[in-house]
This record gives sequence, C-alpha cells and structure tokens, in this order.
Amino acid sequence: MAVLSFVEIADGKIKKASVEAAYYGSKVAESLGTESVAVVLGTADAATLATLGEVGVKKVLHANDARFNNFDSKLYTKLIAEAATTAGAKVIVASFNPNGKLVSSRLSVRLKAGYVPGAVELPVFTGNELVVKKNVYSGKASAHYKVATDVKIISVNPNSLSPVRTAGATAAVEAFAPSVADSDFTIVVKSVDKITGTIPLTEAELVVSAGRGLKGPENWGMIEELAKEMGAATACSRPVSDVDWRPHHEHVGQTGLTIRPNLYIAIGISGAIQHLAGVNGSKVIVVINTDSEAPFFKAADYGIVGDAFQVVPKLIEEYKKFKAAH
Amino acid sequence: MKILVPIAKVPDTTSRIAFIDNNTKFNPDGVTFIMNPTDEWYAVVRAIELKEKQGGEVVVIHVGLADSDSVIRKALALGADRAIRVDADPTDAYFVAAQIAAQAKEGAFDLIITGKETIDYNSFEVGGMIAELLDWPAVAQVSKLEIENGVATLKREVEGGTETVEVKLPMVVGAEKDMAIARIPNMKGIMSAKGKPVAVVPATDDVKLTVIANYALPDKAKQIKYISPDNVGELVRLLHEEAKVI
Repeated sequence: MAVLSFVEIADGKIKKASVEAAYYGSKVAESLGTESVAVVLGTADAATLATLGEVGVKKVLHANDARFNNFDSKLYTKLIAEAATTAGAKVIVASFNPNGKLVSSRLSVRLKAGYVPGAVELPVFTGNELVVKKNVYSGKASAHYKVATDVKIISVNPNSLSPVRTAGATAAVEAFAPSVADSDFTIVVKSVDKITGTIPLTEAELVVSAGRGLKGPENWGMIEELAKEMGAATACSRPVSDVDWRPHHEHVGQTGLTIRPNLYIAIGISGAIQHLAGVNGSKVIVVINTDSEAPFFKAADYGIVGDAFQVVPKLIEEYKKFKAAH
Repeated sequence: MKILVPIAKVPDTTSRIAFIDNNTKFNPDGVTFIMNPTDEWYAVVRAIELKEKQGGEVVVIHVGLADSDSVIRKALALGADRAIRVDADPTDAYFVAAQIAAQAKEGAFDLIITGKETIDYNSFEVGGMIAELLDWPAVAQVSKLEIENGVATLKREVEGGTETVEVKLPMVVGAEKDMAIARIPNMKGIMSAKGKPVAVVPATDDVKLTVIANYALPDKAKQIKYISPDNVGELVRLLHEEAKVI
C-alpha cells in the first residue's frame, strides 16, 4: 500500500503546486501508516527529484523519457494508473492546477475512484471512508466530501498548506518504464509561446493587481515597479483586460484565472463579486481605493482609502526601505 | 461535424448562498439559476460559430430536472439545434459524466466542448471524465479552437505562457476566455427556440463515487484594518510583522 502523488516539472524545476501535492501525499501516507511515493513523467534531473525527500517522499517513480515531456491527458492517465498499480497506491494526490485537474478526473473514471477536486485541508479517515473539505460556490462556502471507494483521489488547492521541509532528506529515484504504444500519444505540440521575465501568476506568492482606477494603460509603470521590487507577479481585473490595457493572461476573476497567493494587493479595483471569486482564496488581501464604499474593502484584511497615484509611489519607497533593512 | 455541448445550471454569481436540511442541501429559495457562464459564453457560442462556418449540428445536453427548461431554451435561442435532457438530479460528477458519455456514444459526435468549470462546485471534473469514459483525448484551458479536416488546432494555457497543439478528432475541449465572444439571444433566436426539439431521456445507470456530507459558510466576515494614506510604512510593517507574508 502507498500514497502516490503526481509531480510535474517545469523548466527543470519541480512546480511549486506539485511540491505541495507531494507534501500532502506524505501527510496522508503518514496518517495511514504507509509510504509516500511520487510519479514524475518526462525528462528531469535525478538530483532535483531526490529533493522531494524533503517533503516526506520516500520513492520517486521516474519515467525519464522525452516522449512524456508534453502534457497529454489521455497518455498521462494511463501512465499514472500504471504507476499507481506498481506502487500499490490506495490514495492518489495531484495539484488542483490545470494538468492535475484534468488527469485526476480521468483517473477517477479509469480506476473507479471517488475524486475530491480542490481539497483545502488534510483528509480524515474513518475505516475505509475519507472526508475532506473543499471550497464551493466560488469561495462563498465549503463542503465536506465523503469518499468510500477502494482507491481515492484528491487534488489539492494550491497554497492551501505550507510544506514543512526536512532539509537534506532525499527520496530514492527509481526508473519507471511504463508500456506505451504509438496510439497512446494524442497531442502534437506545434509551438510554445512563453512569457519570459515575469513570474507566472498561478505560481506566485505575492501578486500586485490593478484595475480601472488606474485610468489608462500608460499608468501601469508604478504597478510593475512595485511588483518588481516585491518579486511579485502582476494581475488585473476583467474590464482592464477587456479593453486591452493589460494582456489577457493577467486577468484574474471568475472568467479569468483563479489564484490563491499569500498576498494580493488590489489597486483601483472595486471588487465586484466576479473578481472576488478569482482571488478570495488569497491569504491576505490589501485594498487600495479612493472609494471608501468599494465592496472590495469588505473582503480585505488591510485597506487604504486613498489615491493610487499617491499611495503606490509611497509604497514602493517604503518597501525599498524595508528591503534594505531586512 | 456534430458537436455536443454539456451545459450546467448554477446559481447566479450574485446569489446569496445558504443551506437547508442541517446544512446538507443548497437552499434554492429566492435564487436565480442561470446557465454556467463559461458553458454559455465560450462552449455553446464557439460550437455555434464552428457550425456557422463549417456546417453540422450543435446539440446541448443537460443532466437535470424539468426546472432546467429556461437554461436549455437559452442555449437553443443562442443557436443550438436541439437539446437532450437526462432527467435526473445531478449530485455527483461521475454520475453526470456517465450520462453524457452514454448519449455521446449514441449520437456519434465528433467534438465535445465544455466550459472551464461550473461556478457552484468549481471543479472542472465532468469534461475529463467524459473523455476517459469515451477513451478520447482531452485538452483543457483552451482559448482558441479551429477545426480542419478532422484535426483540431488548439491554443492552451500553460504555466507562464501558451502552447499551440494539434489533436485528431474526436476529442473533448475545455473552453475558457477568448475562445468566443459571448452573444445575447436575439428575438428570432428566442422565437425559434420554442420549436426546437428537447429530448427527455432517463438516466442510464446510477453509479456515484462521492457524497457531499455537509456544507458550511465561512465563520465570519474579515476584520479589516485601515491604514492612513499618509502612513504607508505602517502597511509594510503590518504585512511583515502581523500578517507575515513579506
């Protein structure tokens, strides 16, 4: 018996969301008195994978094969199912990120395994039954899901728990050679368009976001400067991306990206319910707005009622001072 | 080309969320139900755009009870040709996916387009499950979809960028922003929707893999701390010392 976590590599590194999934898998394994195993598909450096030991992984099944480098949900489902059999996994854990979501729902069918998408806490086991909490209604409520199937699948909402690391601990990396046929490959990647030099929003711990209150795209210099100082990603509200003041990939909210950073600074965003749906999982929310009646203040931890054009430059200065002192 | 679009019925985004029966059921009192936004704006509309360009048929499928009629009629008013309603209460994602996959098999569809996720359970489960039940490829986070000679060219979001990929039909596509421009049904569409066929079929099997034990509302509203715009340094201090996020 084991708990298997699906771990993804991007640009040679383990994705932050995957480290969280592996840690979650280790905690589940611990509570079940069993072993935490991870599966990695595609080329990766064995020394990098061994560091998964720091979050409690004992063994990494590594299919070190360049043909698996591109995410293909049908192929990955088959490979992870085989890894689950190899490891004797009764619980499979993935991140509730784009690839994790798709592969978990497919695995649920393939293994007839009850699946809880986007868990925000560790599960509680009673006999063969598992209960775990997830957010529903766009963060306006939560639900406890109950799963009693033989194999169980959980995807973990990013940034829901902070992995505790045991420095220096290593996982054993074992070659995993699943059987594949040409017909298992269903996706051909024609081109990749990476946005370089910025932090991907979904992986960012700090996010600086701005909206219509900034009055025009020419005023984003100070937002970018603040983000750069803080090592934060930049985001924006829907109206701003709709009129192309900012690129569409920065749009957070119900119809854009859902993010859960440690800190979300909203500047000149009123906080419509559709926007909140995409960011209300953030640990700490700071709202800067001239309108003291802006609904966003109701969802904020810290608020400044003031003009962004005066507050943001001051914030940059104060942050620089803070950085110099720490 | 035959395109199937699963549509879900969800509480309107601005609804007040409450639960009944000892917090085991959603309270529908006074709630307006709508078609799930990404199903409507991107999946249904893109299917219709593809049909307008290349011909074929767009069928919407919904798993739900008779009170879902307005949601189905809206999809027909937007331009879907016909609808299938599986007459069952959708309580589990696998159950819903199994119903849709069974109808998809019967209808010999080339393409299934789903929305990004429903705004009630926020899960994006059903699309992947249908794909696995049919043994089809699936691509999610798709912001662009073109079909030519039985091959789909898709732009999918990946961490820190986008990828353009090709997949042979049949397949399942998870649609999101930028895939289509949302439409509003016009009078002609609304009138013609009344005459379009809605087939009501019984559920095929009754396998459920999960149960929702109970729901809960957040404990209480957040307590906000206001900081004077003349004392921005205090915010930095609080973020470091109190919130511990920097």
